[in-house]
Amino acid sequence: MNEEVLVEETDEELNPAEDYLRLDRFPHIWCSGCGIGTVVRSFIEALQKSKVDLDKVCVVSGIGCTGRVAGYINLDSFHSTHGRAVPFAVGLKLGNPDLKVVVFSGDGDIFGIGGNHFIHTARRNMDIAVICVNNFNYAMTGGQVAATTPIRANLSTAPYGNFEYPFNLPYLAEASGATYVARWTSLHLRRVTKSMQEALTRRGFSFIEVITPCVTLYARRNRLGDGLNLLRYYYDNSEIEHGADTRTLDIDYQDKITVGKFVDKEKPTFLDCMNNYLSEVIGDEYRPYGVK
Amino acid sequence: MKKTKADPKGVLTGAHYLDGDYAIAEGGLAAGCRFFAGYPITPSTETAERFVERIPYVGGVFIQMEDELASITALIGAAWAGKKAMTVTSGPGFSLMMENLGLACMMEVPLVIANVQRGGPSTGLPTYVGQQDMMQAKWGSHGDYEIIALSPDSPQECFDLTVDAFNLSETYRVPVLLMTDECVGHMYEKVVIPPADEIEVVERKWYDGPKDEYLPYKPDEDLVPFMIKAGDGYRFHTTGLTHDERGYPVINAECQNVCVPHLVEKIRQNADKIIRFEEEETDGADVVVVSYGITSRVAIPAVQKAREVGIKVGTLRLITVWPFPEKRIKELAGKIKAFVVPEINYGQVVYEVERCAYGQAPAIHVPHCGGWVHDPEDIFKAIKGAVK
Repeated sequence: MNEEVLVEETDEELNPAEDYLRLDRFPHIWCSGCGIGTVVRSFIEALQKSKVDLDKVCVVSGIGCTGRVAGYINLDSFHSTHGRAVPFAVGLKLGNPDLKVVVFSGDGDIFGIGGNHFIHTARRNMDIAVICVNNFNYAMTGGQVAATTPIRANLSTAPYGNFEYPFNLPYLAEASGATYVARWTSLHLRRVTKSMQEALTRRGFSFIEVITPCVTLYARRNRLGDGLNLLRYYYDNSEIEHGADTRTLDIDYQDKITVGKFVDKEKPTFLDCMNNYLSEVIGDEYRPYGVK
Repeated sequence: MKKTKADPKGVLTGAHYLDGDYAIAEGGLAAGCRFFAGYPITPSTETAERFVERIPYVGGVFIQMEDELASITALIGAAWAGKKAMTVTSGPGFSLMMENLGLACMMEVPLVIANVQRGGPSTGLPTYVGQQDMMQAKWGSHGDYEIIALSPDSPQECFDLTVDAFNLSETYRVPVLLMTDECVGHMYEKVVIPPADEIEVVERKWYDGPKDEYLPYKPDEDLVPFMIKAGDGYRFHTTGLTHDERGYPVINAECQNVCVPHLVEKIRQNADKIIRFEEEETDGADVVVVSYGITSRVAIPAVQKAREVGIKVGTLRLITVWPFPEKRIKELAGKIKAFVVPEINYGQVVYEVERCAYGQAPAIHVPHCGGWVHDPEDIFKAIKGAVK
């Protein structure tokens, strides 16, 4: 192999998303076979395709494996505390309504410790997007049972298997007031990208659940094989059903996963409501906020 | 540090009859606070009520959050978006805020939290006074950090010190706590709000150098790093993890040994500029009464009575509680027979006085577990006992 070819190969190996990543922080911490990186790749593609002003996009994460996303994305990015990514995002958005604020965090972070923040922010139809990478367990701490763990799945704090009912996240999001709700797996790359694009360009509270493999903990403890085996499971068991009734979207252990876009509706956001209402009741003396 | 005049939109110039809680809201508005996230809790709620009533005419946001965890976290987000932000709470809410008070210290975010203290522990006495969160103000969040805490003794000072709290917070990129109490919070007195052009406000230390050279945690000469806003194209990162000057997490002892001393030293080395207290008749005194908040006013008749019976007694009222006026306490300790420290708790600031006295003079505590203020007679007895 001559030198010229080597140089050419190196060029080809440049990460096509390098402008969007903090490559000076690589290698990242995620295990091989983990789905988080794939979801990040979709997010970057969504940023490219949606043509949003990147200077105005903020990414907020909490704590956990997915909590590390903020650290790798080369935008204004905030690695907050466990469960608090959503209220942090609320502060950013209300502090400067020109910002496009995206929460990128895990199921334990957003729905375990942070569940209360999620439901209230959805209720207000706050104009932010929440991307939840759901790997069915607390992975950063070594694979503990989560609020999303299917019944019978084995984890370190459910060594005989989980017997608690898990959340049905799209149902919870819709019931709380989210105006955009989608669920995919990390196998559905193009569709994840499309949902993210929609979330980046619409107004209101958007929620996207992406089910991903946790090879090192969830899969190993449950003898489900490697990343490829899990993608095969998604391939064989995912059913796309746009507009499905979110009440029907429970996930049983290694059973069918209904994916799709379930909710997409327009409704005034928190700031719309605040400005419209106060303008109406106060009149000309009201100083509308965040309106150009 | 760039000083400007207050934005007249937020300044309700004139003489008012206000309680301390309302005065805190007015102080925040005068200082330029345009973001308030809070959760109702007695005896602090009036501050939020006042702010939300006023803000539609000033221009800004009030949001009642789902809890105090969310309130303080939203403040941090809003501060990164460029806003001056505040919240108000009391004991139980203050406890919930401790988690993200640590995040604000770690991210070096300016914000102001007023704690209208009530009796504790736990739900305690929601409607009655306490001064039992003074050590929590200093140590409440885990890990090492330094913080600034002020203690007003009147509605007027609630206004004045809230403005000062914002100015200190912006100057040092640190959360500032306004540690008032139920008595001061619910006390109505005359509050004079000066014209906007007489209120000095500190502008955030904005970075204006080349974008690609910006380091969010590179200390400036005064140890305080320059700040920028989200959305200005810096594409910066910030984290609650131990981090380097770029704001990137670095999980090792070497980085910890730079990051944490920085958080501590930027306050300790500027302590002389931050610390304020009020002294009366300490020259030649045998006893010095050290107090703060409502208790400093309750101590007045006790001090007067002691002077009437011939005891040489001086007073030192803490305006800044943290950082603590260590040097002055040490100086006084060498000259007097004893400190008397009344406070509405079972021993908090008294231990700091004792520490700073370095064994030169005892610090005699006058405890009260809350629900009511001291009987001045108890303070008088302690002063009398101190000179025996």
